[in-house]
Amino acid sequence: MSVYDKYQPVIGLEVHAQLLTNTKAFSWEASEYGALPNTNVTVVTLAHPGTLPKGNKKAVEFAIKMGVACGCTITRYNFFDRKNYFYPDLPKGYQITQDKTPICVGGTISIKTKDGLVKNIALNRIHMEEDAGKSMHLAEELDTLVDLNRAGTPLIEIVSEPDIRTSEEAYVFLSEIRKLVRYLEVCDGNMEEGSMRCDANISVMLKGAKEYGKKVEVKNMNSIRNVQRAIDYEIKRQIDLLEEGHSINSETRTFDASTGDTYSMRSKEDLNDYRYFPEPDLQPIVVSDEWLTSIKEKMPALPQELVKKFTETYGLPEYDALVLTEDKEIALYFDKICAQTNNFKAASNWMMGAVKSYLNELTLSINDFPLQPQQIAELIALVDSNSVSNSAAKDKIYPALIASPTKSAQKIAEELDLIQQSDTSALGRFVDEVLAKYPDKVAQYKGGKTGLLGLFMGEVMKLSGGKADPKITTELLKKQLDA
Amino acid sequence: MIIDKEKVKKIAHLARLEFNEDEEKNLIESMNKILGWMDKLNEVDTDNVEPLRHMSVEVNVLRDDQVKPSLGHKEALLNAPKKDSDYFRVPKVLE
Repeated sequence: MSVYDKYQPVIGLEVHAQLLTNTKAFSWEASEYGALPNTNVTVVTLAHPGTLPKGNKKAVEFAIKMGVACGCTITRYNFFDRKNYFYPDLPKGYQITQDKTPICVGGTISIKTKDGLVKNIALNRIHMEEDAGKSMHLAEELDTLVDLNRAGTPLIEIVSEPDIRTSEEAYVFLSEIRKLVRYLEVCDGNMEEGSMRCDANISVMLKGAKEYGKKVEVKNMNSIRNVQRAIDYEIKRQIDLLEEGHSINSETRTFDASTGDTYSMRSKEDLNDYRYFPEPDLQPIVVSDEWLTSIKEKMPALPQELVKKFTETYGLPEYDALVLTEDKEIALYFDKICAQTNNFKAASNWMMGAVKSYLNELTLSINDFPLQPQQIAELIALVDSNSVSNSAAKDKIYPALIASPTKSAQKIAEELDLIQQSDTSALGRFVDEVLAKYPDKVAQYKGGKTGLLGLFMGEVMKLSGGKADPKITTELLKKQLDA
Repeated sequence: MIIDKEKVKKIAHLARLEFNEDEEKNLIESMNKILGWMDKLNEVDTDNVEPLRHMSVEVNVLRDDQVKPSLGHKEALLNAPKKDSDYFRVPKVLE
């Protein structure tokens, strides 16, 4: 047993998600990524004296949507609080947030790790707040440069309970959150661009201990993979320290993606005192039954609901259902194919095979895919009716269809001369011809060498130019030979 | 709560204020007076009284998510003590 096995890591995550609203949380200018510096700002965002914030209805609805999706209790009486601190990218000197009345309380995210274990990670809360601006500390500059375009962007902060035990669980948890916000279309979930951010609270304790160890907060991980790396590094660092007889310093650390290490940013000893108090400039938000119901009615199908539909209604293996629901658009496209075929497994094979590899190769999203779901359903029908072989459909018709997406699969199959011979009289003539050609083999077959069927089959195929329907040909051959 | 030298220093740091010793004495005195008055108020039984957070009874004063013109880049930077053609410039802050 290694020393690392003696310890139990305990992890809680805080996830910030920028909401996909058109405007900011408390001001009317555009909220968008990548605009020229300091162009999306108003007197409210810049905290000019005498200005007042005004809440964004859609931001509230997005927060509620996420809460409903996670099974949270929705807080009916909400007010905002001010979190006070000085930083140049925070013009007001305080951040508007929800300290006392988070709009969503409790709830869970269900995760499934590689070894198939399902675990419910409890959420503490989801609350609404606003983002700060962006400070740039460039090495060649004596000043810090401040861009306030991001200031006031609506955020939700999703806070988990310390229920996570491994870096892999953290990875899956974050992937689930990203999937959810994308399904709900409340956030684009892009960690590289910072529209979704994650801070990890990590501690270790001896297995079986009752009390958690001192926790360290790690920031600045710009991908889900890096969150996992940072947690792995931090667990090892903390255990090494404890094993050497040191104690853990409660502090905030930053992750360096190039080295995979974490570095101390500031100690919690000089603890920030945020002096929260109610925000008097914003009136309370009351979520009525009617409002909540209307939001619930507009909820899209969630990944777990689709997995259930795909496995139970369509009878797909769970693996297929999970892969197909990884991306909402893929799932919906697949669902549309299924509306036009009954061969759901074939539809799944087409999506996970030919369609996905085409999209991957050209790094396209399914929205840019040239074929309609109906055309995939037609391909399935052609194969199922034995009109074309499966390999002809995949290797010949499908690429030709992509090249001319306005044609039907049937038309292309005809143009490429791929329609299988299933006309019994024509095939019967080939069968007769082949059997007449090899009287000795026929005798051997009748004497018990049934493996010769393949030879006859191959000969019929040759005569038909490869278009003989294998199933019907086999039947005809057997009928003659076994007579 | 009693305000002493330590507390005043901490509050001053949080507010990014600097002052001399005379001013500090003055502040300790007046802040203790304020808190003394608060203690007086604390004698009132408020167990079943909701805090008054807002002066009006309005709720759900919300806006539709429609973009309206922003201030514009030039106006936004107009009052900045230091700026360049893109950014506000502030003394270097490093965490």
